[in-house]
Amino acid sequence: MSKLFMKGNEAIAEAAVRAGCRFFAGYPITPQNEIPEYLSKRLPEVGGAFVQGESELASINMVIGAAFGGTRAMTSSSGPGLSLKSEGLSTLAAAGFPAVVVNVMRGGPGTGSISGAQMDYLQATKGGGHGGFKLLVFAPSTVQEAVDLVYEAFDKSWEYMNPCLILADGFIGSIMEPVELPPFKEAKRQEFPVYTTRFFTDKPGRRMCATMIVNEAEQEQWNRVQAQRYERIAQNEVRAEEYMLDDAEYVIAAYGTSARVAKSAVRMLREKGIKAGLIRPITLWPFPYQCFKKLNEKQVKDILCLELSIPPQLIEDIKIGIEGRIPITAYGRSAGMIFTAEEVTEQVEKLVGKNK
Amino acid sequence: MAKIQVLKNYCKSCRLCIEACPRDVLQIGEEVNENGYEIVEMKENAECIGCKMCAVMCPEAAIEVFR
Amino acid sequence: MEKIYSRSDVLLDANMGYCPGCLHGVIAKIVAEVIEELGIRDDTIAVLPIGCGALISSVLDTDAIIALHGRAPAVATGLKRTATEKFIFAYQGDGDLASIGLAEIMHAANRGENFPVLFVNNGIFGMTGGQMAPTTLIGQKATTAKSGRTPLEGYPMHMCEIISTLKAPVYIERCSLDSPQHILAAKKAIKKAFMNEIEGKGFSFIELLSNCPTNWSMSPQKSLEYMREHTIAEFPLGVYRDETAKED
Repeated sequence: MSKLFMKGNEAIAEAAVRAGCRFFAGYPITPQNEIPEYLSKRLPEVGGAFVQGESELASINMVIGAAFGGTRAMTSSSGPGLSLKSEGLSTLAAAGFPAVVVNVMRGGPGTGSISGAQMDYLQATKGGGHGGFKLLVFAPSTVQEAVDLVYEAFDKSWEYMNPCLILADGFIGSIMEPVELPPFKEAKRQEFPVYTTRFFTDKPGRRMCATMIVNEAEQEQWNRVQAQRYERIAQNEVRAEEYMLDDAEYVIAAYGTSARVAKSAVRMLREKGIKAGLIRPITLWPFPYQCFKKLNEKQVKDILCLELSIPPQLIEDIKIGIEGRIPITAYGRSAGMIFTAEEVTEQVEKLVGKNK
Repeated sequence: MAKIQVLKNYCKSCRLCIEACPRDVLQIGEEVNENGYEIVEMKENAECIGCKMCAVMCPEAAIEVFR
Repeated sequence: MEKIYSRSDVLLDANMGYCPGCLHGVIAKIVAEVIEELGIRDDTIAVLPIGCGALISSVLDTDAIIALHGRAPAVATGLKRTATEKFIFAYQGDGDLASIGLAEIMHAANRGENFPVLFVNNGIFGMTGGQMAPTTLIGQKATTAKSGRTPLEGYPMHMCEIISTLKAPVYIERCSLDSPQHILAAKKAIKKAFMNEIEGKGFSFIELLSNCPTNWSMSPQKSLEYMREHTIAEFPLGVYRDETAKED
């Protein structure tokens, strides 16, 4: 199959269309604007619908409506918009509705800088809204991987009846790379049984969705069902890339764009005779704790948590995986500033010096 | 001749049907339903004209009308 | 004897979840009747609000989704744009529509989405216990306006008039539920709004003046008198827009 040269955001949008997405609603926010711009033209071409929502809230709620009708639906935004969407995300999860949400991350809390960064790790993986729900979170590190993960996210979302989040960063959204696009899936509406129906009516066939379950015992029962769902996802969907780990004494942990820089740094360090390796989580929830648990503390001297975030966020999960056995050092840039491979190499060399 | 039939378990004794009736045919009865409400009923020898105003007004959809 | 008025088949065998004398139940009843008369039960999806309006789901025998607070028009937009063969209507109270959901209703109306919105205006937050709504009358008491609303809290918002400033809506009418005559007129308006969707004519907005005996601290009868004396005086009944009449 021939390759195309595409910008990350547009490639994400086209991958969604090929995965059968036929509804998109979104509100303008940098650095993800090419996604709605592309889909405003593309979705009508394939019989789908595009709505520029009047707000982030309206957009996620339009997706809820489309999902209830059985349509593969998507919305996208960046950090501040995700905060506004969080009630809707919680509701998608609470209802057990499938949908794909893309966060092309920017820098900083509040309104933040509009440049690429990785500032929303904790929001994406530790709730990102009320009620303790979980999203299956994919973190692509190349445009090709973004295409593949978006394409797969729709299927995973329907398999588990749970919303999926693509946690991309502004760099992935903005760069252009060669991509191979997947084939078109048949896009058909598929009405699914609404689980919360059972709490409201015994009438067979009636689809009734309410995420407010007044009866305490029934709400608890539903929460248990949700927890079992999260358990299944955690068992089946953990994904990570391990790079040059076998003999590694210094392990960099990084995802998304940071991991690309980290990989270059690992190669440069190896040329200098330093045994470096990389763990790149691809699913951020469920997190690949096992990759860190199996690291041998007699071999690995230090872990560098590399992230386009200040303060560090990924480190919270690495700590859980390492259980205090190996020192963890964080190095981050933020707000659109990015580290070079040389800069990362220096950071690892500092760790080497410390261990001499 | 016309009459109403109250679907007894739906009645909440709100009296809006009594106010709506142009012929003053209805009253709160002594019978109590499973929810504890005194059920509305037709007065004895009342002359219902089957105008349906009570049924239209009833917020519980608890009144059916016959003529 | 022939039965000349029956409880609609589109109502489940369940009690309305409302307080005695609450006119929300009348809306449930007449909406069920319209759905039955139009023969659209199997195609209908009700998009319901947060607030007492959501309780219609316990009696109305159609598919339904309870939207987040204020977002029913957005959920209905996503649903109707993709499930075009379904009959969708949104149902919202005054806190839901005119307060937290003001943006969603304005923009759904402005886009001329092809579904009707039924707007229940009883001037109070009912489910949460009687707080002031955007439609509470000046002088009307609420738990957050204990001496009665003053202009400091703003004036009652007239949604029919506000929505009438938009070009896209095809049908806008304000009705009241205080009497059998007004209820029959409201039913006719709802049926027309529903037909507008079925015929693909676009967005309809029906405001239904209602009561809240519990939080107004009145008997049901007194609440109707209050509506006639005060509510209808503030919110004039009538057709604010009917583009379909021009077409016919």
